[in-house]
Amino acid sequence: MKGSSLQENELLPHLFRTEYRKIVAVLARHYGLEQLSIAEDVASDTFLTASETWGLKGLPENPVAWLYTVAKNKSRDQLRRMAVFDKKLRPALKTETTSYPETDIDLSEQNIRDSQLQTMFALCDPILPLESQVALTLRILCGFGIDEIADAFLTNRETISKRLTRGKEKLRSANIRIGLPATGEIKQRIDAVLTSLYLLFNEGYYSSSRDNVLRKDFCLEAMRLTGLLAENEQTALPHVDALLALMCYHASRFDARTTEKGEIIRYDEQDIALWNDELISTGHYYLNKASRGKELSRYHLEAGIAYWHTIKNDSTEKWESILQLYNQLLCLNYSPLGALNRTYALSKIEGKRAAIEEAEKLGLTKNHLYHVLLGYLYENIDNQKAKAHLNEALFLANTETEKNGIRRELTKLA
Amino acid sequence: MNEFLLIFRRDYKSAETQPSPEQLQKMMKEWQNWMGNIAAQNKLVNSGNRLSDEGKVVKPGSLVTDGPYVEIKEAIGGYVIIRAESLEEAAEISKSCPILKVGGNVEIRTIIPMEM
Repeated sequence: MKGSSLQENELLPHLFRTEYRKIVAVLARHYGLEQLSIAEDVASDTFLTASETWGLKGLPENPVAWLYTVAKNKSRDQLRRMAVFDKKLRPALKTETTSYPETDIDLSEQNIRDSQLQTMFALCDPILPLESQVALTLRILCGFGIDEIADAFLTNRETISKRLTRGKEKLRSANIRIGLPATGEIKQRIDAVLTSLYLLFNEGYYSSSRDNVLRKDFCLEAMRLTGLLAENEQTALPHVDALLALMCYHASRFDARTTEKGEIIRYDEQDIALWNDELISTGHYYLNKASRGKELSRYHLEAGIAYWHTIKNDSTEKWESILQLYNQLLCLNYSPLGALNRTYALSKIEGKRAAIEEAEKLGLTKNHLYHVLLGYLYENIDNQKAKAHLNEALFLANTETEKNGIRRELTKLA
Repeated sequence: MNEFLLIFRRDYKSAETQPSPEQLQKMMKEWQNWMGNIAAQNKLVNSGNRLSDEGKVVKPGSLVTDGPYVEIKEAIGGYVIIRAESLEEAAEISKSCPILKVGGNVEIRTIIPMEM
């Protein structure tokens, strides 16, 4: 046997996920979306065979090459079976024939990249509800298991299974083809893809699932896919770069954001040593790239805000810039979180009392984050009110991890 | 909730009332803050537009003159659409509009909703 079984236990799931998504993307492109299930079956079958064979005979010299060879063989068998069905059985059923090209499956790096890019556009087609787009992306483009997806969305296996099946059915009946949209259409279509990828990133970043490793993987996957768009000439638009910058900046604080118990650590209490400098630099690179041209998308604005947050030192310039960016962002696109974050920035410039006055106009009294903000603003101004707001937040909060974070704040006030 | 059109007017002609470059800079920040405040309350329906100095006026008889409406000293500088519970609330929101600081004013009109 090559390697200890402990190494295999770590290597296999990671290998499987990495290679599964490459193989599926190439097969999906080859078979087309109508046969997406076949592409998945062939891929799954390949890994099943791998588990069985490697379990008995040990890891091959080159596991990836082994997987690709087996995938190609199984695919060829599958095609032959379908051709036989076509010739012998279809005429009897009197249904339309589809031709299955006998060409070999191309698992080169270039084709893998191209297939993933094209499949991304297909899976993020606007006819699908957003949650289906994200679920399909997670399953097919990222190779996550159904249980993992269910865990991240805090739902059950059955719900996700249904979502995936219905999504595939919709794509099938709408006859969606896998391929890059025409150049004129790319700008429109890419917005849908970016929304999906941003949602995916946020799932990993804000998810209340306890599995930290999984959540980080979601973020990294979202970044990887956005990176594919940023690398390809046809899809490398300024707001793609802006979104990538935004993701890098947020991800740079991933390790500093939560305690081992999963409680959120507030920005001004984070340990800077845990901020990832490499990701911050990469963020700067993409933000610069995004600044060419006149476009100012919401991603540009959010990336700008995130940029300022990578500078720990408080200064008037920092918070004035952040406030102006939130002003523009909210005028473009309202969100309760944006409104609350703007109020926090306001408190840094005009003081807590002015911020309290503005906060109370927001109309967000049913939102636990509103009460968390007021808990912070009233601290040392009126601790009774601060405690009252934090208790309200505790009552309104949805998850244990959030409640624990609020309890932490309450004990500080006691 | 209704939607309201806010029309901003001020005197762009009389020399005494024109803001200095520094004042204009400061005003830009104040406008952004004022709009941001409204947007944060989820009451901004349309961030509107600023209008350029030049224009034309067309009257009956195909009479075309250089505008904006020349007979009036004040000109419309821009507009914004907000939502609010009432005209009174819309007026309250308008009280902190930066144009008031440079001698301008805000006209508020209720938008009649389209009937389907």
